[in-house]
Amino acid sequence: MKTALDIVYLVPLLPLLGFVVNGLARTILSKRAVSVIGCGVVLLAFALSCAVFVEVRGGAQLATEYFSFIRVDKLSIPFSFQIDALSTLFLLIITGVGLLIHIYSAAYMHEESAPHYARYFSYLNLFVFFMLVLVMGGNYLVMFIGWEGVGLCSYLLIGFWFRNHEYNRAANKAFIMNRIGDLGFLLALFWLIGTTGTLNFADIFSGASRLSTTDVTIITLLLFVGAAGKSAQIPLYTWLPDAMAGPTPVSALIHAATMVTAGIYMVARSNVLYALAPVSMYVVAIIGLATALVAASIAMRQNDIKKVLAYSTVSQLGYMFLALGVGAFTAGVFHVMTHAFFKALLFLAAGSVIHALGGEQDLRNMGGLGRKLRLTAATFLIGCVAIAGIPPFSGFFSKDAILLSVFVENKMLYAVALLGAMLTAYYMFRLYFLTFSGSFRGTQEQATHVHESPAPMTIPLVILALLSFAGGFVNVPSVFAAGAEYLSAFLSPVIRAGEPPHIPHSTEWMLMGLSTALVLIAILIAWLQVRRERFPEPQGLGKLLANKWYVDELYENIIVRPVHRFGGFLQTSVEKPVIDALVNGVGRAVNYGGRQLRLLQSGQVANYVLLMVISMLAIFVLQFFLRK
Amino acid sequence: MPINYYIFLSIALFCIGIVGVLTRRNAIIIFMCIELMLNAVNLMLVAFSKMHHLKGVATNAAAGSEGQILVFFIMVVAAAEVSVGLAIIVMMYRNIHSVDVNFLNRLRH
Repeated sequence: MKTALDIVYLVPLLPLLGFVVNGLARTILSKRAVSVIGCGVVLLAFALSCAVFVEVRGGAQLATEYFSFIRVDKLSIPFSFQIDALSTLFLLIITGVGLLIHIYSAAYMHEESAPHYARYFSYLNLFVFFMLVLVMGGNYLVMFIGWEGVGLCSYLLIGFWFRNHEYNRAANKAFIMNRIGDLGFLLALFWLIGTTGTLNFADIFSGASRLSTTDVTIITLLLFVGAAGKSAQIPLYTWLPDAMAGPTPVSALIHAATMVTAGIYMVARSNVLYALAPVSMYVVAIIGLATALVAASIAMRQNDIKKVLAYSTVSQLGYMFLALGVGAFTAGVFHVMTHAFFKALLFLAAGSVIHALGGEQDLRNMGGLGRKLRLTAATFLIGCVAIAGIPPFSGFFSKDAILLSVFVENKMLYAVALLGAMLTAYYMFRLYFLTFSGSFRGTQEQATHVHESPAPMTIPLVILALLSFAGGFVNVPSVFAAGAEYLSAFLSPVIRAGEPPHIPHSTEWMLMGLSTALVLIAILIAWLQVRRERFPEPQGLGKLLANKWYVDELYENIIVRPVHRFGGFLQTSVEKPVIDALVNGVGRAVNYGGRQLRLLQSGQVANYVLLMVISMLAIFVLQFFLRK
Repeated sequence: MPINYYIFLSIALFCIGIVGVLTRRNAIIIFMCIELMLNAVNLMLVAFSKMHHLKGVATNAAAGSEGQILVFFIMVVAAAEVSVGLAIIVMMYRNIHSVDVNFLNRLRH
């Protein structure tokens, strides 16, 4: 009998089909047909993923080669898929959250003309395809194909409104910064081929203990460079806030729920290698924590609703890397899942607000929307509570799992992580209060037009709100209920490295109480601050934060400008005087030679004959003398 | 008779032909000079074939016959060439009323 695992290749192929149909027939299809195709293929993929999940839960596994992709000498890289617990979990997140966002997009993008509408859906389907290839790949190269593909789709969708030059610049920035990370990934692949002679996950992980510590450390660090680019970690995080130029559902799908978690997936997938390289683990933890803190601090003083969420995403990704860095791979993946729910929810709710206000994104022109957008406000609040980590919402469980592992590993890091959690609660509730409470600060015209979004937009919100609430119950720590750590049990075949920390329950209770209390205090501070003074004139540290620590300016000055200047130097002093001169010189020499040789062609037959005779004589003479 | 005499004679004929082609402007005379050069070559071929025949006849009765055959070829081709060439000269005379080759320098352009 055929099982779902046998036809698992259909999961990525269906979105690819949607991409091809919508992309090729974009001028023919009506908007309705486009949205049905675009959502339909993802729905089918989701249904199939669910079937796969059931089978994998029952203990099934799949590692299959479809065809030989690269074969050089002893190196053979097949195009293979590997379906196990980790990839199945990501399949569900990608297709599930992806489906909701597709449905949402059908309404959100309705003002676009039909060809652009179809273009949007084809890109979105293509993205889902590549993301699925990324998580299903059975070796690093297939993963890399998906990795590059999602980068491309991210570029295309950030620059979706390509008539705006700022948006195109943002798309370029995202793509180029990702390329920097990808270079690290590529080098890691080459290093792996050089040391192990294969890229197959199974072969590498089973033979990992034979690698020298230096090799493993270098490979894992290079892999982390790739992850830092894709998952927006210091120092490559600045593209993600700019990526908010894309449509809001794109931000929700690509730049919050799925693509940016590819780095976490990659590190979690390579957990066997990381476990052998303590130095790399330490680097991952430190970078993750620093990113979490820096991004959270910037998010406190941003006035663009999507920018706040973007920095929040960067910060949450930092937490995930922190978890991976201290060896709590399951906790990191758990946070990926809950984060996918609540951050997608927050973005979609923000999109609903933006939609209601006709494209307004500035918090200074919002306020008091809670009365008019009741459903949006309620779901947004659930998202805020979830991300802040108040029990029993999903964010509490995943964040608490991370904090607990960090506490066991290093008390110092724990203190900083706790501070980050406070900042998270502060900026999220500042965002909520500024948007939904108080009185409306926008124009009169906007105020009259404010309306709740249509059902295709609110239904995904409600579903995601339910998931944000209940998503945490898949991995309830043993302190609440014994044997309820379903996710850990599910992932245990893949996450071979690291044991869940064992600490006394009393300590665990205390830590939970501490973090919850601090979060509540942070929310209170946010409330008081918003009531007292909504938009204080930034000064001192606040100004530093409002300007994002001047990191963009720093990069502009130490990297972008010197590179530009170097390019200009090459243009004026190398290209023009050397290369151009060489090329033009050849042409000019031929031209001159031709003009001189033309004089020989007198048209006098006698001249030609004379030349002929002289030449023949010359040949005879040469023959005669050169013979010897 | 030594072969040298034939060689010198044929070189002399050939040089007369070349000098004639180079110096004369009358197309018919140039044509005659070309024929002269051809026949200088023919003479040389015949002379050499005779020499080879004398040297190799002991082992091969047909030794040196290739040169003579070649001469017949040259004669046939030369006859064809003369008919074409003379026709060209006739057409040339009809068109420009002269057989002076220096008039025909339009190839320069």
